[in-house]
Amino acid sequence: MTAINNAERGAPLARSSLPRSSLPPFSWTWLGLTPFFIFAFLFLLYPSSILGVRSFQDTKTHAFTLKYITELLHDPYLLGAYWISIKISAVTAIGGGIFGFLLAFSAIRGGLPRFMRSSLMTFCGVASNFAGVPLAFAFIALLSPQGELTRFLSSLGFNPYYHGFTLYTFWGLSIVYMYFQFPLMVLIIAPAIDGLRREWLEAAENLGASSFQYWRYIALPILLPAIVGTMILLFGNAFGAFATAQALTGGQINLVTIVIGSQLRGDILSDPGLGYALSLGMVFVMVLAIIGRTWLQRRTERWLR
Amino acid sequence: MRRGGQIWAWFWMVLGVLYFFLPLLATFLFSLRAKKGVLSFLAYQNILTDPDFTHSFSSSIVWAVFTIIVGILIFVPTAYLIRLRLPRFRTPVEFITLLPFVIPVIVYVFSLVRTFSQPPLLIVDSPALLIAAYTVVSMPYMYSAIDTGLRAIDVRTLTEAGQSLGASWATILFRIILPNIRVAILSGAFISFAIVMGELILAQYLVKPAFAPYMAFLMQQKAYEPAALAIVSFALTWACMGVIQLVGRGRGEAQIAAGH
Repeated sequence: MTAINNAERGAPLARSSLPRSSLPPFSWTWLGLTPFFIFAFLFLLYPSSILGVRSFQDTKTHAFTLKYITELLHDPYLLGAYWISIKISAVTAIGGGIFGFLLAFSAIRGGLPRFMRSSLMTFCGVASNFAGVPLAFAFIALLSPQGELTRFLSSLGFNPYYHGFTLYTFWGLSIVYMYFQFPLMVLIIAPAIDGLRREWLEAAENLGASSFQYWRYIALPILLPAIVGTMILLFGNAFGAFATAQALTGGQINLVTIVIGSQLRGDILSDPGLGYALSLGMVFVMVLAIIGRTWLQRRTERWLR
Repeated sequence: MRRGGQIWAWFWMVLGVLYFFLPLLATFLFSLRAKKGVLSFLAYQNILTDPDFTHSFSSSIVWAVFTIIVGILIFVPTAYLIRLRLPRFRTPVEFITLLPFVIPVIVYVFSLVRTFSQPPLLIVDSPALLIAAYTVVSMPYMYSAIDTGLRAIDVRTLTEAGQSLGASWATILFRIILPNIRVAILSGAFISFAIVMGELILAQYLVKPAFAPYMAFLMQQKAYEPAALAIVSFALTWACMGVIQLVGRGRGEAQIAAGH
């Protein structure tokens, strides 16, 4: 692959021998890229940059200020929103990550019939894309007080709503998020599991390693960066989620995305500047997550390719 | 693998299958209960005869088609030129195409509304802004699909062959390169389609008719019809992913979309 790329870059384009070489390549090149850069600037870079600018700019005087950042860091309501968002993202990333890994490992190395792997991949491709309003409704149909599973369990004498469970709070929302989290884990971790060579298991067994020792000293150390890296991706996936929570709880749960949504609908915060700072904080967390993932990905590639 | 391991493998698989299908099964059962006491497709009939459904659904399809066209027009020439002539632009362009990953959609729409709702940039009501926003949100998938497609063909030889036969740049791009990467474009197009059809936030906050906001609205009004809609929506996602798998022969990478 690298060899091909180098050859591609190294070879000067043999234009001089071509009949149409009188066209100046420079102007054509720029004409080709300008639409992309204009588009990206107008609809992505410029709008996003105003988050950075207005978070540090007084709404009235337009002077530079750090007051929104400090206010954000001292506002228990907004910090609470970050905390719940981070908590639910972490819980579903770790839970979905573990479950997704076990599922992927079972399908790939568990000695199951071969067709199960490809069907699992297809299901996961669909499920990781099935989010938002329909997902929220699917779980309402299943687990709300009138849901099918709730009624079924009640008929067996166990109504989860009598035991402290509700769909519309933290743990309920976590269960719903898991629906798009674990399939994502399966899709991303599968290649890493494929990279785990069978020879390593055989070598370990020949040397008398127990199943526990194989996992503790060989498989886990190799897979761990990939697992944790993918979990970080799941974290980001849940952290930015809005539609599912909004549809499920009607905005009752205090996530950062929900607060930003209400701020956009009707300026619920004391100062519009606070809304920018709140949004900027989300981007900051996401950037941290991506950096962490990239770093872990580099470490994974040493062993798995 | 040992027997114990196999039992565990079955256990996790069964659990996964239950997690995957129980909510769908419940939704399906629920959608059949519109008529008291019997199972019927009444909820589906109600939806299909609702003019709001037709309107929002067809609007979403229009948005999706425009998003795909704009995406192809902007990203194919860009990715092509970078492969052929401007490798030094690869890093900045790829960085930009991946930016939507770090900007949650709600944050993105927040910045869009605040940017474009004051003069001189008062275009927040324009459908063009919505299409641009959809294009941005689907950009990571569309661009990487196109780039993957270009990697698989010999861009340089095809271009030179076209040039030596006297083809113009437009001819090379649209009659040689484009048909050669149609599979990649198709898979990018279906991901974009799935994203646009499922995306709630953009249309809701830019106040345009679309399928997902309609579903969210209906959820507050009715009991059984939203269940039927959820099934329709699921079937749609399934169909899109099925087509992508079919044309892309199981290249599993670009299948993860936004819209949560």
